Amino acid sequence: MTGRARLLLPVLVLAGLAAAPFLGFDTGFAYTLMARAMILGMAALSLSLLVGGAGLVSLGQAAMLGIGAYAVAALDHAGVTNALVVFPAAALLAGLFALVTGAVSLRTSGVHFIMITLAFGQMAFFTASSLSALGGDDGYTLYGRTEWMGTRLLEDRAAFHFILLALLAGTWLLLSALIDSRFGRVLRASRENALRAQAVGFSPFPYRLVAYTVAGAISGLAGALLANATEFVSPATLAWGRSGELLFMVILGGVGQLYGAILGALAIVLLEEWLSHLLNYWRLAFGPLLILSVLFLRNGLAGITAPPRRRRAPPKAAAPKAATLEARADA
Amino acid sequence: MSLNLLLVQLLNGAQLGILLFLVAAGLTLVFGVMDFINLAHGVQYMLGAYVAATLGTLLGSFWLGLLLALPVSLLIGLLLEWVVFRHLYRRDHLAQVLATFGVILTVEDAVRAIWGSSPLAVPQPEGFAGGIEIMPGLTYPSFRLAIIAAGLLVALGLWLLVDRTRAGMLVRAGATNAPMVSALGVDIHKLFTLVFGIGAMLAGFAGALAGPVFAVAPGMGDGVLILAFVVIVIGGIGSIRGAFVAAILVGLIDTLGRAMLPDLLRLVMDASSARQTGAALASMLVYIVMAAILFLSPAGLFPVRRG
Repeated sequence: MTGRARLLLPVLVLAGLAAAPFLGFDTGFAYTLMARAMILGMAALSLSLLVGGAGLVSLGQAAMLGIGAYAVAALDHAGVTNALVVFPAAALLAGLFALVTGAVSLRTSGVHFIMITLAFGQMAFFTASSLSALGGDDGYTLYGRTEWMGTRLLEDRAAFHFILLALLAGTWLLLSALIDSRFGRVLRASRENALRAQAVGFSPFPYRLVAYTVAGAISGLAGALLANATEFVSPATLAWGRSGELLFMVILGGVGQLYGAILGALAIVLLEEWLSHLLNYWRLAFGPLLILSVLFLRNGLAGITAPPRRRRAPPKAAAPKAATLEARADA
Repeated sequence: MSLNLLLVQLLNGAQLGILLFLVAAGLTLVFGVMDFINLAHGVQYMLGAYVAATLGTLLGSFWLGLLLALPVSLLIGLLLEWVVFRHLYRRDHLAQVLATFGVILTVEDAVRAIWGSSPLAVPQPEGFAGGIEIMPGLTYPSFRLAIIAAGLLVALGLWLLVDRTRAGMLVRAGATNAPMVSALGVDIHKLFTLVFGIGAMLAGFAGALAGPVFAVAPGMGDGVLILAFVVIVIGGIGSIRGAFVAAILVGLIDTLGRAMLPDLLRLVMDASSARQTGAALASMLVYIVMAAILFLSPAGLFPVRRG
C-alpha cells in the first residue's frame, strides 16, 4: 500500500464504530443498526474480493449468507449452540456450496456469470423456503444466541458489538493481505487480461475458484452472525434482492478499494434508516442519491479520499469489457 | 392429469411466455446494441400497467387505456433515457446496474405515492368477458387468448422490422459491432433512441396487457425483470429470435412445472412433502434450466456473432 492517506478513511470509520458506544450510541436501537451494517459490511467485503479483486460480479452472494444463517438455525434445532461448532460449520457449509457452484459458474464470464450465480442463489432460496422443519416460508426463531464456552456472551450488546467490529476489521486485513499476495496478483492479472495471464502460465480457474470459495466462507460466517443479531432466520436472507443490496454496497463504496465495501455497507444501512424515519416515501430521495453517486463519484465513496492508484475503474472499452467481448467471440 | 388440464396449462404457459417476450425483446436489444444493462426495464412494464389501468378507468374503456398507454410508455422511456440513461452508456456495467437500480427505487416509490401500495383495480376488457370453448367441455378465457394472439402479432411485426427494414438492419449491425456501424456514418445515438423507445413501449404494452390478468401493484416489475433477464441470457443476448424461443420455453417450463411437479412427486413421496418439495422445485426449475444451458452453451441458445 502506498501512502497512508488512503487508509485514513477506513481507519476513521472503524475507530468511529469503536467509539460509538461511548458517545451515546449505546441504545439497543443503535447497536442493532451498527450490527447490521458491520455484518453486511463483512459480506460485502467478501463480495468485493470477487468484484474488485477478481472481476467476478456475483449476484448470488446472499445464498452464502443465508446458508450460514440456516446452519445456525439447523444446529439450534438439533440443540447445538456451541460457538466453536456453529461458526466453523456455517463458514464450512457456505464455503462448500461456493466451491461446488463456483466450479460450474466459473465456466462462464461477464453477464452470464452474473446470471448463473443468480440461478444458484435462487435455487438456494427456494430450497430454504421448502425446509418445513425450519419453518419454511415463515422462518425460524432462535431460542437464544450462540454460546461461547457455555456463556451467553453474544447476548451482551457491547460484547457483541466489539466482536463484530473485530471480525470486520480482521476480515478487511485478511482480504487486503490476500489481494496483495502472489495469489491476489494472479487474480488481478486474470481480471485485467485472462489471455495474458494464461500466456505467462497461470490458469485463472483455480485461483478464481479459491477466491469464490473464500468469499463464500466469509459470507457464511457473516450469515451466522446475522442470524445471531436478529435471532431469526428466514428465506428472505437468501432473496436475490439481498444479493443485489450487497452488490450495490460494493459498487457505491468503490470497486477499486477493498474497504469501499465497508463504507458502502455503512452508507446504505444508515441512509436507509435515516431517510425512512424522515420521509414517508424515502426511496424517492434514496434512488436519486444512488443515481447521483454513480454520475459524480466515479470511484465510489472510497474515491473521495483515495484517487485511483492505477486505472481502477477502466473506461468503457477497457479491460473487463474487452474480456467479456472476447468471451462472447470465443463462444 | 387430464388432457384438458394439460391444454389449459400449455395455453397459460404460452401466455406467460408471450408477456415475457414483450419485456425481454426490448431488454435484449438495448443490451445487445447499446451494451447497456437496464435494470429499470421492469419499471416500464409496471408503468404500462398503471397508466393503462388509470386511463382505462378514467375513459371507461380498457381498450382506450391500452391504446393510450403505448405513447405514454414511449414518452416515459425517452424521458428516462434523456435524464439518466444516456449519461451511463460510456460507463461500465456496474455503474449502470447501480444507477438503474436507483431508478427502480425512485419510480416504484413515486408509484406508491401516486397510486398507493395496494393493488389497483383494473377495468375488464369489454367484449372479452367470457370464455371460448376451444374443445368440447373446455372453455378458456378469451382475453388470455387475445394476449397470446396480440403477442404473436407483435413478435411478427418486430421480426419484420428487424429482419426486413433498413432500420432493423442497422439494429442487427449494431448488435454485432456498434462502433463499426458508427464509423460507417450511421448516427448511432439516433439508433439507440429508436431501440430504446421501442423497447420501453413493448414493455409498457406487456404491462398493460397483464393488468387484467395479474395484480397491478408497485413491485410487479421486479419478478418480471428477473425472468426477462433469464430469457435473454438463455436466448443469447441481442437475439430477438432467441428471446422469443427462450421466453416461450421459460413460460411453459414455469407454468407446467408448477402444475405438474407436485403431482409427479406424489408418486414417490407422501402428499404433504410432495406438495412442498414440488412447489420449491417448480420455482427452481427455470433457474436449473438456465444454469444447465449456460453450462453447456455459455453464450445462450442463439448467440449473436460479434466481430
